[in-house]
Amino acid sequence: MLTIKNLTVAYDDTPVFTDVAVTFDAGKITGIIGPNGAGKSTMIKAILGLIKSQTGVVEYNDHSIKSVQKQIAYVEQRKDLDLSFPINVFDLVLTGTYGKLGLFKSPGKTERAASQAALAKVSLTDFSKRQIGNLSGGQLQRVFVARAIVQEAEIIILDEPFVGIDLQSETAIMKILKQWRDAGKTIIVVHHDLNKVSRYFDDLVIMNHGIIDFGPVAEVYNAQNIEQAFSADLSSVLFTVKEDAQ
Amino acid sequence: MASIIEFFNALGRYDFLQSALITAIMVGMMSGIIGSFIILRGMSLMGDAISHAVLPGVAVAYMFGFNILIGASLFGILAALLIGFVAAHSKIKTDTSIGVVFSAFYALGFILISMAESATNLHHILFGNILAVNDADIMTTAVVLGIVILFVTFFYKELLVTSFDETYAKTYGLKVQLLHYTLMLVLTLVTVSALQTVGIILVVAMLITPAATAFLWTDKLATMLVLAATFGVISAMSGLYFSYTFNWASGPAIVLVAALLFAISFIFSPKQAVFHFGKKPAKEVD
Repeated sequence: MLTIKNLTVAYDDTPVFTDVAVTFDAGKITGIIGPNGAGKSTMIKAILGLIKSQTGVVEYNDHSIKSVQKQIAYVEQRKDLDLSFPINVFDLVLTGTYGKLGLFKSPGKTERAASQAALAKVSLTDFSKRQIGNLSGGQLQRVFVARAIVQEAEIIILDEPFVGIDLQSETAIMKILKQWRDAGKTIIVVHHDLNKVSRYFDDLVIMNHGIIDFGPVAEVYNAQNIEQAFSADLSSVLFTVKEDAQ
Repeated sequence: MASIIEFFNALGRYDFLQSALITAIMVGMMSGIIGSFIILRGMSLMGDAISHAVLPGVAVAYMFGFNILIGASLFGILAALLIGFVAAHSKIKTDTSIGVVFSAFYALGFILISMAESATNLHHILFGNILAVNDADIMTTAVVLGIVILFVTFFYKELLVTSFDETYAKTYGLKVQLLHYTLMLVLTLVTVSALQTVGIILVVAMLITPAATAFLWTDKLATMLVLAATFGVISAMSGLYFSYTFNWASGPAIVLVAALLFAISFIFSPKQAVFHFGKKPAKEVD
């Protein structure tokens, strides 16, 4: 279980959120939803240790998150990367083995085999020699998921993994997430498309400059919480139809 | 043609020319290799800045008679730290911070040099005087080349991953900052070695142009490093020939050859989208 206790993060003295407390269970796919600027990415960056928090602790099974850093895989937003970089699909996936290899060790047969297997899992074996700029958005996202596979992490965090990708890739990625869940891993997905919330996630964290609510989707994904996090209009569009049908 | 034969004859006869050639080859290699990482990290301006910022170090080394590598490294790293510090502790963007710091260092170096040495030497520091390298210079250059090769060999995978995806490297606990400043230190050493060959003003061209040329020809980092080193060596050797034959300053001669290689690659390389004489590389076959 990943636990966050009284976490406060501020940029230039303006707090994004204060005293956030939330837990993520193992064996669950947890979605984080909330409007733009709600602090979703900030929270996962704090979990990853990419930004400093003013207060609070992040723990994984009662260990400080720093001590289990190599157990976390992060699938970041693709837009932040240089796609003209001289690297092909296979070598990118291979970088997933770097963390556990440590310094002064080069990837060998085991690491190469693991990367090959991960590429097969996302159906991109035929693309392994291709420079990464020559892929579609969905293919590229699958490459990053393959890198997370070879990291063999216990916690996998994905930031908006389904933005701008084709349905086939989305389905393929969702299948991997479910395999991870069934293997007892902790999966956290920052997400903005509210339509697929109940289909994709087991648990949900609803944010807007703090936690509005969190828990199983069936309990927390309701009109009241969505109204509080987003707007009354959005809430009525999403939930009125459902209530009418019942 | 006759002048090329004459050049090779002279090469057999004059020790100074042999020394110059050996130095040129070594400098071409190291600047191509380190330059590749500089351009892939989007740090061309930083390369330019560091190469200028070592000038006060060179001057101080002249004044007090210690090794120029030590003086230059000190100021190179100081400049890199200061640039990082100003960018991190103010709202000023990194490129602005680079501009402020390096021009100040360069100005200081300029004044110190003119206090310490004659105007001729300043000219050589600025534009290079490869025909004047001595045995000690060759030794220094060889040591720096060794450091560059060891650094890139031992930290190849770390250099690759931080150049491509620094965020990911941070998430698995790599000391990204430490690697950055180590690279800056190695860059400083390369700069000092290249100083005698091409001069401070044009060091940045030696770092960037052969690497940029190599980038146009390949999609693999390891190949890019080898190609960049090769283009660096070709430029340095041809530049030396022009410098000797026409009595041009070695720096501008070398840099012009490098630029010519880039121009040719720009027109003919497969990656360049502007001109496609050959087959277009396969794209988007889903």
